Amino acid sequence: MTPPRVGADADPEPLHHPPRDEDIFVKALAARRHHRAAPVVLMLLALLLTGGVYAVLAPSSATADTASTANDVEEGERLFQANCATCHGPDAEGTSEAPSLVGVGAAAVDFQVSTGRMPMQANGPQALQKPRQMDEEQTAQLAAYVASLGPGPEIPTDEMVDAEAGDASNGALIFRTNCAMCHNAVGAGGALSEGKFAPALYDVSERNIYQAMATGPQSMPVFNDATITPDEKRDVIAYLVEQRDGSAGGLSLGSLGPVSEGLWAWVVGLGLMIGAAVWIGAKSS
Amino acid sequence: MSTETASNTGAPTTPVGKAADYLDQRTSIGVAVKEFARKVFPDHWSFMLGEMALFSFVVLLLSGVFLTMFFDPSMALVEYHGAGPETMQGQLMSTAFASTLDLSFDVRGGLLMRQIHHWAALVFMASIVVHMMRVFFTGAFRKPREINWLVGTVLLILGLLAGFSGYSLPDDVLSGNGLRITDGVIKSIPVIGSYMSYMVFGGEFPGEHIIPRLFTIHILLVPALILALIGLHLFLMVLHKHTQYPGGGRTDKNVVGYPLFPVYVAKMGGNFFIVFGILALMGATMSINNVWNYGPYDPSPVGAGAQPDWYMLFLEGSLRLMPGAGTEWVIFGYTLSLNVLIPAVVIPGLLFTFLFAYPFIEAKVTGDKREHHVLDRPRNVPVRTGLGVAFLTAFIILALAGSNDLIATHFAMSLNQITWAFRILFFVGPVFAFWVTKRICLSLQRKDRELVLHGHETGRIVRFANGEYIEVHRPLDEQERWLRVNYDAHRPLEIEPATDARGVKRRGYKSDKRWQKLSRFFYEDRVEPVTPAELAAAHSHGEHDEIAPAAHTSEVTSGTDTVDRER
Amino acid sequence: MSENQNPNTSQDVTTSTGTAGHPERFSDPGVPEHRPRLTDTDPKANKRSERIIVLLFALSCLGAIASLVAYFTVRPDGTTDQTRLSTLLLGVTMAISLLGIGIAAIHWAKALMSDHEHVDERHELRSTPEVREVAVKHLTDGVEDSGIGRRGVLKGAAVSALALFPLTFAVPLISSVGGDWNISKFRHTIWTSGKRLAYDPTGRPIKAADLTVGSVAHVIPEESEEYMASHEWITEKAKAVVLLVRLNPEDIRSDQSPEGETWSYDGIVAYSKICTHVGCPVALYEQQTHHLLCPCHQSTFDMADGAKVVFGPANRPLPQLPIAVDDEGYLVAQDDFAEPVGPSYWERLK
Repeated sequence: MTPPRVGADADPEPLHHPPRDEDIFVKALAARRHHRAAPVVLMLLALLLTGGVYAVLAPSSATADTASTANDVEEGERLFQANCATCHGPDAEGTSEAPSLVGVGAAAVDFQVSTGRMPMQANGPQALQKPRQMDEEQTAQLAAYVASLGPGPEIPTDEMVDAEAGDASNGALIFRTNCAMCHNAVGAGGALSEGKFAPALYDVSERNIYQAMATGPQSMPVFNDATITPDEKRDVIAYLVEQRDGSAGGLSLGSLGPVSEGLWAWVVGLGLMIGAAVWIGAKSS
Repeated sequence: MSTETASNTGAPTTPVGKAADYLDQRTSIGVAVKEFARKVFPDHWSFMLGEMALFSFVVLLLSGVFLTMFFDPSMALVEYHGAGPETMQGQLMSTAFASTLDLSFDVRGGLLMRQIHHWAALVFMASIVVHMMRVFFTGAFRKPREINWLVGTVLLILGLLAGFSGYSLPDDVLSGNGLRITDGVIKSIPVIGSYMSYMVFGGEFPGEHIIPRLFTIHILLVPALILALIGLHLFLMVLHKHTQYPGGGRTDKNVVGYPLFPVYVAKMGGNFFIVFGILALMGATMSINNVWNYGPYDPSPVGAGAQPDWYMLFLEGSLRLMPGAGTEWVIFGYTLSLNVLIPAVVIPGLLFTFLFAYPFIEAKVTGDKREHHVLDRPRNVPVRTGLGVAFLTAFIILALAGSNDLIATHFAMSLNQITWAFRILFFVGPVFAFWVTKRICLSLQRKDRELVLHGHETGRIVRFANGEYIEVHRPLDEQERWLRVNYDAHRPLEIEPATDARGVKRRGYKSDKRWQKLSRFFYEDRVEPVTPAELAAAHSHGEHDEIAPAAHTSEVTSGTDTVDRER
Repeated sequence: MSENQNPNTSQDVTTSTGTAGHPERFSDPGVPEHRPRLTDTDPKANKRSERIIVLLFALSCLGAIASLVAYFTVRPDGTTDQTRLSTLLLGVTMAISLLGIGIAAIHWAKALMSDHEHVDERHELRSTPEVREVAVKHLTDGVEDSGIGRRGVLKGAAVSALALFPLTFAVPLISSVGGDWNISKFRHTIWTSGKRLAYDPTGRPIKAADLTVGSVAHVIPEESEEYMASHEWITEKAKAVVLLVRLNPEDIRSDQSPEGETWSYDGIVAYSKICTHVGCPVALYEQQTHHLLCPCHQSTFDMADGAKVVFGPANRPLPQLPIAVDDEGYLVAQDDFAEPVGPSYWERLK
């Protein structure tokens, strides 16, 4: 259930390796050739591939890795047209399939793309986290383009998401009231209606946590800087980072609450005790 | 030992002898020792399930005493600055919650004791349930043990109450929401609900009285009642002498096993240490109810996975399954919330009524007034076994429904679809489980008949001079056979006719008729044990005693229709 | 398995039962013969078992000592790691000392103590007729002696006294146990006209402009800090908490405003957070569907449609808090809720 960690510093294979896409392509083709969504998937994949090839062939902008430049916006638009425009529309103003991206800000793009949720692979109750398909630089370009469409939440700086600087106790208060009902008290995740779910937060990078609060991806509501101030957001991050130490009492058993505890009481407690009882009751040989 | 005065006999010389003499002169303990020291108990692993519950309870008392030394059941609000986790510093919380943090993080071994206490509570309830299952499926509740079954069922309910009052004590968000649900359920009770809510909370929810009240209930009232009833439970067990499984030499008139002293002293004492040891191991390695994760109670937040401890899950599940649309009625301006009343009051009411009433119903439909001390093999009473499994199925479906959000996330399913599936399963599941179980029991009984009549297959093929092949069957030894033929296949009740000889209508006929119907439901389908004559007939078909090629699989049932149904 | 090729035998079995000199039932073969254990026959095995038992008891001693060592050497310093280590060491050593004794005692009982089965007789539980006769006589004698059958007035007086005395205990208890018994408090919350909406738990008042579309805010009434550190506050908060959501105004299909009133403000709607089922805080807001889900029993309310129930065990919509904006742009309540919040109760509509 836990997807691989996609952090701010994680940099999975860039698109210079078309075989990766080919693999997905071939497998998908083999397994789902007769699926009625096959043409759509095929087209998406073809677009992806085109985009990938384009990115390889296009002049590299790796040198310009500071603030977004006009060049970034331009590159970003190209990437957008290749990977995103099918659903979000050529002007990013949304279609019946997907929402408008005008005013969602760079933070939304960085969140969705760096966690691999976008580009979306298949329609489902919600977009799932998966290995990212665009590298750091491409993501930045895409973010620069979307940010240029209208003002929206920006990508937080490292200092804004520094757990060390946050107050975990205040974070606990904020998290408990605003987040725990979906994400569970320590961020183990939980169910929403109709097959949707709030993901576990243990492996989510600090930057992504911040961005999710600021932009409200998918089912999640928006917590803008008035609802939860940037300082409070950092406190929430501090609280969640604190949880990575595990539980003081031993194995955390998933931190899922009484149901998993009950299950373990039956399996381990009753299991061992009945095992012992069978031994006690058996005749010695 | 002697009940005479020491001066009459030779005065004891050893220190032990002197002490025993001293005690006996003042308590006549010699009589008790003579009576009980070598009392015989039968041996079987399933007879230790109740012991597990008892010993978990002892562990609960021990660890509970430890916890009460440090726990402060006050709802006075404090700002926390203590040894607890960083995430709790500076928060406003009740003293109860703060002292829970302190006893977990400041008292060495405190967290271990808290975890042992909570694990022991979960295991206590679980072992009560498996113990009841053993008693139910083997028919150990039959005469003369009906009263003890009632005592046990009351103990189960007291256990629920002990657990509920206990896990609410730390005054955290999770248990606080549990109390709030309880308040909602209480309010749904017609006429007196609102006043009962005020009675429980000393005013409006949550108020400032509930934790001290629960504390008194948890450490005084309920444990005292549990202890008293455990005393009664064990007294009746000793008075009745323990039941025993069927087997050679075991009858309703005797008890076969090992003496209390020394075998059971060692085995029971040893089992206590094993139960305690396993609980210590669980407390050492597995965290439970980390209240600092949930935070101090505040009426606004709630966490995903808001569930009670496992033994209350069935209630949670029934609340989740009940559809709300159209189930709140207004009668003369008064509100009747059936969407709460049915799942939280009526359904548990029915489940417990079944538990309380079953021994008496079965005795009535069996028309059996004898004492029973030899247990039934579950297959030999198919309808009882089926009803038990159906009951458990309903219980398990409700518990799973109470976990539907976790099922949804862990198996990537839709919460709403799971809920619908369980709504249907709650009605279909138990019926299906009953039918399947009953069929399996009947099949096992038939397999037993086969085995008794024809013996074990040996895999040895013999060819006769005339070319006929047969497989040699090895007959059962008499112990094996006795286990399989020594049971009663009860028949449906026979009642007196509706009218007497003079054509006068008999009073009570209708009621008798109803009981007869129920009795037919219980005993219409049955498999009779093999009789010596049948066995002889089976053997005479064969050429040799140990070779029985010509088989007949006969079972005797009342009514020709049922014979066909059995095939 | 033997074949079932003889379907007609059930008849002749019935007839043959009890005939041909066969008994009705099999007879009890008696207690199975005792089989000696290895420790009964092999002195070496016997000695080995004894050694194992001694070792287990010794292990238990070591466990107990190790537990003391762990207690004095590992000092929890409030960190998660140290607390976990202390708990682990204390628990595991305790378990060793306990399991050592347990396993040793049972092994002793199983391997070395006599395993010859004993047979005790049972006696029917009912008392003998003679005993019963004496018991009944004792009781009738007692009744006779007390004269309870003859002295009717005395009987009545005794019964009355016994029936009345519990009141001396019950009346003071019951009259105080429910506080002031004023259940009309269920109807009201501390929301009043003009009271500002504030963020939970910080207490900052909320400006309408703060909320972007898709935002959700958990809301409490604005109160003083002292009040928010009191018990009264917790009890009032339990009824007053509100969930505020800003939707696209065109997405709102309905709300609970009566004719001629507007309870929402520019797409901002405020509904009670207390579930109408059994009172859990309903808080899982799904931005895209505008559904609000209760994590306790999964009642689902549609925030864009007057908080009507779309799934689950709740029956009534969440009550709406009428809101407006004051001169400074802060959100304020127009009034208290129009109906009692939270679960239904018998007198709710009275």
